[in-house]
Amino acid sequence: MLSAAIETQGLVREFKKGPRAVDGIDLRVEPGEVYGFLGPNGAGKSTTVHVLTTLLPPTSGTARVAGHDVVSEGPAVRAAIGAALQEAALDPFLTGREHMKLQTALHGMRGQEGRQRGDALLERVGLTEAADRKVRGYSGGMKRRLDLALALVHRPRILFLDEPTTGLDVQSRSALWAEVQRLASDRGVTVFLTTQYLEEADVLADRVGIIDHGRIVAEGTPDALKAEIGRPSVEAIPADPADLARTRDVLARFGETVASSPKGAAVRLSGGDAQLAEVVRAFDAQDVRVEHLQLHAPTLDDVFLAKTGRSLEGAGDAGEENQAAPADAGEAGRQLAGREA
Amino acid sequence: MSRGSFTSVALAVGWRNVHNYFTNPAMIVPGLVFPLFFFTAFAGGLSRVDSVPGFDYEAGYTAFVYGFVLLQASAFGGIFTGFSIARDFESGFSRRLLLAAPKRTAIIAGYWIAALVRAAFNVTVVTVIGLIAGLEITGGGLDLVGLYTLALIVNAAAMFFGSGIAMRLRTMQAGPAMQIPAFLLLFLSPVWVPYDLLVGWVHAAATVNPITLVLETGRGFIAGDPVKVLPAFAVALGLAALTALWARGGLRSAERAA
Amino acid sequence: MSGSTLAPQVGMLARRSVVRTFRQPAMIVPALLFPLLLLAINSSGLESATNLPGFPTDSYFQFALAIAFVQGALFSANSAGTNLSSDVETGFLNRLSLTPLRRVALLLGQLAGILALGMIQAVTFLAVGLVFGEGIEAGVAGAFVIIALSLVISLGFGCIGAFVALRTGSGEAVQGVFPLLFAALFLSSMALPRDLIETDWFRTVADWNPVSYMLEGIRSLVITGWDGEALALGFACAGGLAVLSLAATSAALRNRMTRA
Repeated sequence: MLSAAIETQGLVREFKKGPRAVDGIDLRVEPGEVYGFLGPNGAGKSTTVHVLTTLLPPTSGTARVAGHDVVSEGPAVRAAIGAALQEAALDPFLTGREHMKLQTALHGMRGQEGRQRGDALLERVGLTEAADRKVRGYSGGMKRRLDLALALVHRPRILFLDEPTTGLDVQSRSALWAEVQRLASDRGVTVFLTTQYLEEADVLADRVGIIDHGRIVAEGTPDALKAEIGRPSVEAIPADPADLARTRDVLARFGETVASSPKGAAVRLSGGDAQLAEVVRAFDAQDVRVEHLQLHAPTLDDVFLAKTGRSLEGAGDAGEENQAAPADAGEAGRQLAGREA
Repeated sequence: MSRGSFTSVALAVGWRNVHNYFTNPAMIVPGLVFPLFFFTAFAGGLSRVDSVPGFDYEAGYTAFVYGFVLLQASAFGGIFTGFSIARDFESGFSRRLLLAAPKRTAIIAGYWIAALVRAAFNVTVVTVIGLIAGLEITGGGLDLVGLYTLALIVNAAAMFFGSGIAMRLRTMQAGPAMQIPAFLLLFLSPVWVPYDLLVGWVHAAATVNPITLVLETGRGFIAGDPVKVLPAFAVALGLAALTALWARGGLRSAERAA
Repeated sequence: MSGSTLAPQVGMLARRSVVRTFRQPAMIVPALLFPLLLLAINSSGLESATNLPGFPTDSYFQFALAIAFVQGALFSANSAGTNLSSDVETGFLNRLSLTPLRRVALLLGQLAGILALGMIQAVTFLAVGLVFGEGIEAGVAGAFVIIALSLVISLGFGCIGAFVALRTGSGEAVQGVFPLLFAALFLSSMALPRDLIETDWFRTVADWNPVSYMLEGIRSLVITGWDGEALALGFACAGGLAVLSLAATSAALRNRMTRA
């Protein structure tokens, strides 16, 4: 069997006076795979990434990346990986090009070789025009793209992306997704991606590990995980808001209640899609006029809900993930505005 | 795969720090302004002190003050590099360096290169201005080599000390923890008058302060009459060795917490 | 808007400014300790300077005590500027702009923080002077005048810090101004009386430097007693600086909140 790109056994990371941020994680990521690590804020995603990238030692358990132990073979691990972490870790006083110069020099690329590599990567992420401007003037999207480019300087076999699209506008997010897909498909790079966005995991990941309170609660391909849940949900919004209670009563006969929009009600259909006609007849029988009726296929949020009893959205707490919040509100404002300079 | 070596990392870290230093006036000003103003204020405002009975430094009061200012510029060139390190940790930029470096002590080496360059710049500017203002260095070539070597060793010791603090605390609030000990060591020495003219508790403090020895030897080099050269170098190198270990411990602390 | 609206606003912001100052030991401790440390070092290290003919006292500690008050004011500048620049950088000032808050309330509130720190400094330095020195020649009344003059000096320098913060919105710029203020202190009669300064250009600069007169105003109360001329010049320079820097700060605030 080929050795895994990333492999952990019983990985634990505890903080002093604090919780176990990572509480016994076993995972295996094959070479060339895009592995999505999905969970709410405070679940332990970033801590796991920090351990795998040798930035934090594990408290117990083992982790091997690119065939090397993260504790005893740190330099070998670092030579093989690239990482774009939650904080873009950029120097506001340097330009994009100067960042490239630094990063190529750090990785032993000198002179012409370093310059060419830097220019090629800047072009690839669409930053050639902005390359000679100081990073403090970059938008959030531009910073993320630069961060990704810097992570690729030394052509790593394994790439760690820690919430790469948090705070980005839709366009920047799509551009970043396209780049990740290209890396995986064209270059066979193994990508370990953490995210709190269902859609991101759905679109990008070959396999998803869902983490909650430091443990993996579900693992598999997105489709397989959703198939496990199996059943769709139906949501109904009554034409007359006064009928909301009756709408809930009608739907309650068809399955367990699930989250819905505030104006409507939703249940997971215990009998599958086939029950939809019965639902419509039931509303007619009770004389409830329904303005909007929709069938939802299961989502990864449903998977999370099934495994933990909580919805992924809104499930996070102010835990370790929030350490990565921008250092000041001005920076946060610029990121959220997604201002392209 | 990365081909990063100790040298490539050290040079890259040093380059970035030096680049930021020379392209940001806010970084240049503190390291230059304080020594220059001390020089100006003391050489200009306190020159009458050389008339105090017992003041017997033959090279004159300006040269006397220059000896202290040289030490101050060197030491604070190192301490302010410690500030840069603290800023890098606080902003998260240090993670980039920790990720890329095969041997992480190369990062400290890089900052040391930057501290040397910064100190050399500060010392050059202070010296040129001093010469314009009438500073007379009566020491010969060998004396100058001795003088500036001593200054660079002090710079290294200060930088290692600052970096050890910065890497342990990893926040800009570590500034006072770096500055105050350096400040005390410098100022509890014969700053304005020779050691023999100090009175009271400062005299007692200067007696046990290793910087007194370094300062007196430096002033001796300036006047072309060096004293206690070997002990001064031993003390300076000893300080540098101890603080280097302190810095290494700081790096270990930073690695454990990232 | 009516005065009854103004007073509660000022009170609220003054409270915030004072509480904020006191919750930052990293700001307060150096503002108290550094001047005292320098006083201790200078007074012992330069004691032999009192042997110079014409030196006005035989205790360098008595001579140097005044320096602590002015140095303390420089730290006030740093503290006020840093707090205000932080409000600009975090967008807090923007938030205030969206409320019915009057600009003058913000200004007065900010000054409260400066004066609170200034008062603590003045009382501390005075106490140290009384314990370790030879008393205040101008007596108890003189001590109160020292506090008053010290507060005016704190206000003047504090507003310089606030002005830089509002004008630039940058904490770094505030830190960058600090050495310049120290330069103003150094190029004065800080270390020796003006008539004992040997270097001509230095003496000329000290003669024109308003900080010299602020120092001499306080110093006169400590060493000499009641020297009308020294006091008048001291208050005039400190008051002039306070008026100018307050006006500049007010204009910068108007500009900043309009832009916001």
